[in-house]
Amino acid sequence: MSLMDMTARNIAEKVRRGELSAVEVVEDALERISAVDGRPGALDYGEISDEDKSKVHAFITQTKDRAYQQAQEVDRRVSAGEDPGPLAGVPITVKDIFCVKGTPSTAGSRMLANFVAPYTATPVERLEAAGAITLGKVNLDEFTYGSSSESSAFQPATRNPWHTDYVPGGSSGGSAAAVAAGEGLLSIGTDTGGSIRQPAAFCGVVGLKPTYGRVSRYGLIAFGSSLDCPGPVARNVGDAALMLSVMAGEDRCDSTAATLPVPDYLSSLDKDVRGLRIGISPDYMRIPYPDLQTGEVVVADLPEEIRDAILDAAQALADQGAEIVENVPMPNMSYGIPTYFVISRVEAASNLHRFDGVKYGYRTQSEFSDLREMYRKTRAEGFGLQPKLRILMGMYVSAAQYSEQYYQRALKVRSKIRSDFEAVFDPQGAYRLDALLTPTTPTTAFKLGDVYGDTVLMQYADQLTVPANHAGIPAISIPGGISSEGLPIGLQFQAPDYREDILFQVGHAYEQATDDADWRKIKPQVMKFVD
Amino acid sequence: MTDEISPELFEHLVELAAFAFDPEEAKYLRRELNNQLKAIHQLAAVPLDDDVPPASHGVPYTDQNSPPLREDRWEPCDNPDEILAQATQVEDRYFIVPDIPHTELE
Repeated sequence: MSLMDMTARNIAEKVRRGELSAVEVVEDALERISAVDGRPGALDYGEISDEDKSKVHAFITQTKDRAYQQAQEVDRRVSAGEDPGPLAGVPITVKDIFCVKGTPSTAGSRMLANFVAPYTATPVERLEAAGAITLGKVNLDEFTYGSSSESSAFQPATRNPWHTDYVPGGSSGGSAAAVAAGEGLLSIGTDTGGSIRQPAAFCGVVGLKPTYGRVSRYGLIAFGSSLDCPGPVARNVGDAALMLSVMAGEDRCDSTAATLPVPDYLSSLDKDVRGLRIGISPDYMRIPYPDLQTGEVVVADLPEEIRDAILDAAQALADQGAEIVENVPMPNMSYGIPTYFVISRVEAASNLHRFDGVKYGYRTQSEFSDLREMYRKTRAEGFGLQPKLRILMGMYVSAAQYSEQYYQRALKVRSKIRSDFEAVFDPQGAYRLDALLTPTTPTTAFKLGDVYGDTVLMQYADQLTVPANHAGIPAISIPGGISSEGLPIGLQFQAPDYREDILFQVGHAYEQATDDADWRKIKPQVMKFVD
Repeated sequence: MTDEISPELFEHLVELAAFAFDPEEAKYLRRELNNQLKAIHQLAAVPLDDDVPPASHGVPYTDQNSPPLREDRWEPCDNPDEILAQATQVEDRYFIVPDIPHTELE
């Protein structure tokens, strides 16, 4: 068995005991990358060949030298009898939206293609300090704006390891695909409307959006500052718990990082689910979306295989003693996407105005007569269409004459979405839930090119994940089956503020209960390249 | 349904955002903006009582989960030259920009 098929906890344990060298682990990871990844994303990418279409393309930048140096330092510490950290020798990848000192930190955009970060983001710094080995920076939608990773300026775009004709989801598509294909054991992603959980579901891995503020945003290239959450992508719940325990905690560089102590998340893996109240909501079992011809909302049924996966999971947890509470009302969840279309765009526009060709990043190479023309040419050439669209919408819905109708209204609807969760998690309320079980996505992965370009349909890929971002609560996606097309199905659990421990407890219990399931024996298509 | 964002309004937004588009890009972007607004219009139907507060974030911030305000104190940056090196044009540690459009006052 390759080391890349082991758990991160196992690898760290062996490295810490001196039974395995971190350098050996790095070599194994690089071997896997060279077998499955193909060429890295680049601005000048030329033709996409048939060979390209069979590979994953998770990476934009590989950081081999950094990885070897870190691995050697871990091995030195182990031999010197020093503590190498809880993630000793665990190879990770970093979504290229985080600054990592000395590495190109591109946000998947031409605008930042030449930007070399002068400092390291807090959560990445904590992972590296805990002994993790950084293999490189992985691809994403440009500035995280998308749900398929196709909008990156760095092509070939990442493909789904389970079937390379399909998207890995997004925007943390490189992170989810890398972990699914064993190109590293963990990845750090970000989730603003579902950008960790949706690709985790599409790629059959575990993805956690922590409570807003549980993990520092310092060093994260911002999208929606009231929504952005860095979080772990892993192959199992226990590894995600270990990773969060390292990343989470207060940070003097981010005043929105919560000052609450970080619990021992690994201990929640040992707890069973007897007596836990787990809800299922009919509002998450149907798919409302707008008919663009009539403007009316149409409601479609959830695909049967996804519905069955949720009901089977509920049964598996009930068999272990959890109490399943049906018919939980979440009446405002269907407003999640319209609200997100407003709030996230206003925040995106505000965050993107800083890119002007003066202090860092791209500046136009063509002639310009004055500052205004330099700005215009720089921004026209540096940003792709999706960032431009978000800036224009953000400016429109927050303009003085439209703000009351759109932005102010969306902020109030956000309160109502939050109040749905407060009501069902209220310990004195009618439902008293510990967690809410839902699908992560309305469909399994779609084919490359099938949705890209239709920005409304693409946004609706996040409709089951985005309410948690508005509410700020934690939510996890874990693998819950494989569809008849051979594509992963994701289960989502949501919990009250700062109760990531419940998500790990329930997720781990589900993993244990389904350990022998036939679908767990199916491997991603790209494993054919691995001996 | 008429388009909420007309070609004229679109041009105005483009000017404010300091962008420039060819006609095909402009057509695509204006269509997508109008389509997104159709989805956004669902919000008009949400009943909102006067006591529903606007939420600037989801999780409440209290003394229990947020740090106390620090003294506003100047701290030196340890790598200013590394940061300045990211800029296209710098002279004597100043960012250089082209002429700023302006009007001379009499």
